[in-house]
Amino acid sequence: MVNYQERLDRTFMALVDPTRRAILAQLERGDGASISELAKPFTIRLPAVMKHLDVLADAGLVTRSKSGRTVTVRLRPQPMREAMEWLRRYERFWSSNLDRLAAYAESKEAAARRKSR
Amino acid sequence: MTSLTLVRRIKARPQVVFDALTTAEGIAQWWGPDAGPVLVAEADPRVGGRYRVRFRMLDATEHESSGEFLEIVRPERVVMTWRWKGGVEDPGESRVEITLKAVSGGTELTFIHSQLHDEETRRGHEEGWTGALDKLEAHLAAVTAA
Repeated sequence: MVNYQERLDRTFMALVDPTRRAILAQLERGDGASISELAKPFTIRLPAVMKHLDVLADAGLVTRSKSGRTVTVRLRPQPMREAMEWLRRYERFWSSNLDRLAAYAESKEAAARRKSR
Repeated sequence: MTSLTLVRRIKARPQVVFDALTTAEGIAQWWGPDAGPVLVAEADPRVGGRYRVRFRMLDATEHESSGEFLEIVRPERVVMTWRWKGGVEDPGESRVEITLKAVSGGTELTFIHSQLHDEETRRGHEEGWTGALDKLEAHLAAVTAA
């Protein structure tokens, strides 16, 4: 089983590439697409698109299903949710931390003003 | 590059905020996301100096982070490296940058935590992360709405 950190690494690594993000954005718009449909907007060749799809599939961001000669690619959003949740935890931590810093600094400032009066 | 930016207005002068941020005495008073205690606060606020903070949260878990001060310009700016001890949440080293600007009524604090989850991706593309995250947000909104 792939652990949480490795899953996050793969998600972030997959998302860092602009072509892969564009592929995901394309998949967002519909209920799956064939590989040739996905390759259409890009100047890169089909094998390069396939490689990007391998990376996305390894990260669990897409699934591929074959029916006859057509491979349908679909978006799988769970890893993105996990990545967002990971970032949100940092945001919550710092947000509360800075609120407490502000409260402390304001009390110090108020005390200094009282003293100087 | 994954990063997080937060802005706060604080009713205190920049030097008061700066000292709260960079001295062990200050850190011990406020550090941590909830009312749990700070257990260790060490700081040597000069370029190359280190800090270490250990705190307990109300759920009884303890967390420690440490790093090195990369820039110290009192009372305007502090840049430091950041690493969680144990690294369960995030094993890599990231960067915290805090800028203080005097505004009427106090200080505007801009906080940026960057290079999050970056050690593997840094070697790859220098592509801006914000775009990816905006897309993620948009995507998640779309998924939820569907």
